[in-house]
Amino acid sequence: MKEYPDLESAVDSVSFAAMDRSNFDQKALELKRFWRRFARNKIAVVALAFIVLEIVVAIAAPYVVPYDPYKGDFLATWEMPGSSHWLGADDLGRDVFSRLIYGARISISVGVLSQLAIALVGVPIGALAGLRGGWFDYVVMRFIDVLSSLPAILFYIILMVALGAGFWNLILAMTLTGWVGMARLVRGQVLTLKNTDYVRASRSMGAGTFYILKKHILRNVMSPIIVAIALGIPGAMLAEAGLSFLGLGIPAPQASWGQIIGMYQSYIRIAWHLTVFPALVLAVTMLAWFLLADGIREALATTKPN
Amino acid sequence: MLTYISKRTAGTIGVIFIVSMLTFACMHMIPGGPFDAISLEKQQLVPENIKRGLNEKYGLDAPVWKQYFLFVKNAVLLDFGYSITYPNRTVVSIFRDHWGYSLQLGVLTFLFSVIVGVGLGIIAAINPNSIFDYLGTGVSIFCLVIPGFVFAILLQVIFSVWLGWLPTGGWNGPKYWIMPVLANSLAPILILQRYTRTSMTDAMQANFVRTARAKGVSKTRIILIHVFKNALTPLLTVGGPLAAGLIVGSFFIESIFRIPGIGSYFVLAIGARDYPLIMATTLLWTVIISIAYLLTELLYAWADPRVTLVKEL
Repeated sequence: MKEYPDLESAVDSVSFAAMDRSNFDQKALELKRFWRRFARNKIAVVALAFIVLEIVVAIAAPYVVPYDPYKGDFLATWEMPGSSHWLGADDLGRDVFSRLIYGARISISVGVLSQLAIALVGVPIGALAGLRGGWFDYVVMRFIDVLSSLPAILFYIILMVALGAGFWNLILAMTLTGWVGMARLVRGQVLTLKNTDYVRASRSMGAGTFYILKKHILRNVMSPIIVAIALGIPGAMLAEAGLSFLGLGIPAPQASWGQIIGMYQSYIRIAWHLTVFPALVLAVTMLAWFLLADGIREALATTKPN
Repeated sequence: MLTYISKRTAGTIGVIFIVSMLTFACMHMIPGGPFDAISLEKQQLVPENIKRGLNEKYGLDAPVWKQYFLFVKNAVLLDFGYSITYPNRTVVSIFRDHWGYSLQLGVLTFLFSVIVGVGLGIIAAINPNSIFDYLGTGVSIFCLVIPGFVFAILLQVIFSVWLGWLPTGGWNGPKYWIMPVLANSLAPILILQRYTRTSMTDAMQANFVRTARAKGVSKTRIILIHVFKNALTPLLTVGGPLAAGLIVGSFFIESIFRIPGIGSYFVLAIGARDYPLIMATTLLWTVIISIAYLLTELLYAWADPRVTLVKEL
């Protein structure tokens, strides 16, 4: 069957206007439409299933891990993968599989929380800069210039050295450097939307700034924001892994994939399992999140008029 | 043009200043100084009077703003003082002795990723939806999801530990270069492949290509004369910053493969709170990267006359 996305969205929007549904109905319908578009991309659905599974396992971690991830067993030190320890054990005899599951908790929560924090800070600043302009816009733009003129990893490293390793410090450092990207995105969108006919019409009928922001602008900026968050999550996971690898991210007794790789990297000749498994888990997780983000981006893409 | 250059140069100097202040402030926020402990494992502290003397010697007893001004004054003269972890060596001498390794790694990585990335991009654009196109997409997805240090570990396990073909680390000859260069070039290949493919595809759909084809010009000639020239100009915009990022070294790759470059020194300096070394490295990076951005913009304007250097919006 040939698809007519233009027609489909046109019909949807007409029916929205004509039937004056309640807000809730409209939201549910939009969600349904989004899901229909998303489900077409089978690879993204598989990625989503994997991520959901990983999140469930991470939340239920204390009940599913075969061993206590923090408790060493001196009889099992440096044990290779086998029937008792599926992925082997580390220098203190801690079970690698259990530690990887606890690492998923860190990785996923750093990814999601940092992106939410970035959105909370970046969206209002970007929207305000775009709408108000003037000195506020100027200051924000200079911030963006400075922070985006250097690789983010450099700022992460400097901030983490200053703040000290730790979960919340990691999120703070990511927010401090990451908000500029979100602010720039929102500002650009707002600048374009500000001059659209419907915003002008609305303003000419006496709508206030906040009404326009809420009713017209935020609704339209929503899709790019969601895509930016979805793409930012694997990016933040990668940054967490990298910083923990350098010993600046998650401190030692806690388990983080990057940190495990960093700690046992020099023992690669005698215990390859300590670095290969976290590396593989990290790679597969990153792949899944990128594919999911790509699927979301595709499903949210409004059909562009040619 | 001249006003533009001077304006941008002023902006670049501003960025360098702000970054230097930021680094300086952060370094001084860190609890603990370089002379707190003789040995962390043994919990052995430096006696108070000796600590005071050392702080005096390195100028760490002056107020923070005074230290900053002194730092700027000396930095302009390229004097970054002595490293704290290696007390008999100046920061400049550490750079002189070790930047060469980072530079070699960076240049090799750049060459390799240009050949692979641009090559894959061109082949994919010329044969869209062919096996080459999918190969290019596959490679770029691989580069996107596999962090460089993870790839480095996997390479080490496969080629050094299991197969025993390549050395795990060091920097003594071509045999030692293979794995670090491969691992370091993931991100550049991704960027170059995608960029090349898009800009080539765009150029191939342009009107002048259609005209050339209508005139009966051969496909090879069209691609060599008409498409290449137009498609490869945008590559300058990514190539400049990419090269700058590569020649300053990589913390991950250098420390995994034990390459004695600036990147691994930076990682050591962070652990040891070696203020002079950290500041100098950060500043050097800022300077190189900012200059690369500036040069890229100017080069781009020179290569593509349609570009005007007027500020947008």
